[in-house]
Amino acid sequence: MTIRDLTDKLGCRMAAGTEKMLDREITGVYCCDLLSHAMAKLDPGNVWITIHTNLNVVAVASLADAACVVVAESIEIEEQSLARANEKQVLMLSSAKTAAELSFEIISMLRKA
Amino acid sequence: MRYPGAWVLDMGQVIIRDYDIPADDFLAAGEASSAVRKLLSQLGVAPDRIKRTAIAMYEAEINAVIHGHGGKAHVEISGDRITIVISDEGPGIEDLELAMQEGYSTAPDSIREMGFGAGMGLPNMKKHADELVINTEKGKGTVVTITVYFK
Repeated sequence: MTIRDLTDKLGCRMAAGTEKMLDREITGVYCCDLLSHAMAKLDPGNVWITIHTNLNVVAVASLADAACVVVAESIEIEEQSLARANEKQVLMLSSAKTAAELSFEIISMLRKA
Repeated sequence: MRYPGAWVLDMGQVIIRDYDIPADDFLAAGEASSAVRKLLSQLGVAPDRIKRTAIAMYEAEINAVIHGHGGKAHVEISGDRITIVISDEGPGIEDLELAMQEGYSTAPDSIREMGFGAGMGLPNMKKHADELVINTEKGKGTVVTITVYFK
């Protein structure tokens, strides 16, 4: 399952990154707002669901080589974070759904895939 | 693969890198870890070893930004290991034993709002480094030495 499959189904909006990045295969999903936990638990290719939008989210996603960050509840992402994400080639998506809804739907999709 | 097993460099060859860690600068926070991650990746180090290094180093780097008024990172890569020394001239750690406990944090609210301050920094370093040495003195600063083997 690629990120594109996920964005099509969940109706996510692309906030930062390029179309090409949507073709990356998803290896799993992780949901947490504590950066130390995310850093330690995210595996390469994971989707990371969070409600944080600050610069450190981009740093953690980049270091952990996450497939993308999904910001839940359509929380506005700071301009400097978007600029940084584009620079660091971190794909950031935005969704109106809650973190719990996103987690449930992504896990269900991964199980079916 | 240029080198067999866990060796990424020729015998006796050492790569040294030094980075500045600016104080209270979250734009630059993680830059040193990111550069080291890229370097290890280019050297062909195993992904799980890179991940361990990146986690331990990022936590130390962030601690220097948040608590240490910034500092320096000195990195040495030799044949089978990476050693990272993160030093700051901050306030030092008052009770190291307490600081090593998961969940204990002295981070202010402004830092917690960014997603830090979970009290996982030092425990994360301990968990992911093969060796962790912390020298700290109240009022003088802290030196964290992280070693990860490429085994």
